[in-house]
Amino acid sequence: MTAFLAPLAGGVLIGASAVLLLLANGRIAGISGIVGGLLAPTARDWAWRVAFLAGLLAGPVLFHLLSGHWPQVRIGASWPMLVTAGLLVGFGTRLGSGCTSGHGVCGLGRLSPRSFAAVATFMATAIVTVFLVRHGVGR
Amino acid sequence: MKVSRLVAALASGLLFGIGLALSGMMDPQKVLGFLDLAGAWDPSLAFVLAGAVGVSALGYAIKGRLDRPAFAPRFAVPENRRPDGRLLSGAALFGIGWGLAGFCPGPALAGLVLGLPEVALFVAAMLTGMLLYRLLAERPARTVGAGL
Repeated sequence: MTAFLAPLAGGVLIGASAVLLLLANGRIAGISGIVGGLLAPTARDWAWRVAFLAGLLAGPVLFHLLSGHWPQVRIGASWPMLVTAGLLVGFGTRLGSGCTSGHGVCGLGRLSPRSFAAVATFMATAIVTVFLVRHGVGR
Repeated sequence: MKVSRLVAALASGLLFGIGLALSGMMDPQKVLGFLDLAGAWDPSLAFVLAGAVGVSALGYAIKGRLDRPAFAPRFAVPENRRPDGRLLSGAALFGIGWGLAGFCPGPALAGLVLGLPEVALFVAAMLTGMLLYRLLAERPARTVGAGL
């Protein structure tokens, strides 16, 4: 059971992050939305987005200082696969108005039917994709 | 822009980044282990989501009792609750990309600090995808609603 304490505690911190941004600034803690807003040519509210992203990048550094080790990042995908995946994630999250944080953490938390539909859809296509890559024909 | 608003955003990002690091979700192999129902299934992501959604639900319950956030004039939360084709096709594309590499936007950005070229490549492609969307959406003939 202890193997699930870190994921659960990490999840609680992510939830706390979303609550802080909501109750302090009235904003949704959706990463793709926060980044996407910076790419608008007329973005006027860029300062808080940059501040949030600076914190996001500082988070793993602080984790390292506190725990003495870096979080594990194991990448199995090839470079062409990473590029394809990145393009799909970037385009898809903007077209679909959110990702795992905006629709998952925030949208499910506020019981938005749009977010339930989005989460069900991206979970389904992700599961099918992983199945085809790992267990598909020719493997 | 008030300083309090920037400090709150910085603190929120920091909590998010530490949470990601602690949760193990910065590791694409762990994410793919959750999505791989036919393999050695790793339920970790379900616990992350349960913790995060549980706390965020409390926050939205508190929001219902407030007129406005502490440091801003109003809440900027989407009013639209109806799923549509744009939402579902975008989510479908995102899921395919997520399943291919095991990265979603938050963990990929937070992972930049580890200095791995693969993470930088994914993030560069992701930003390109977002810019491509913006170029298509900004064309005057089409009207596309604002994202989250």
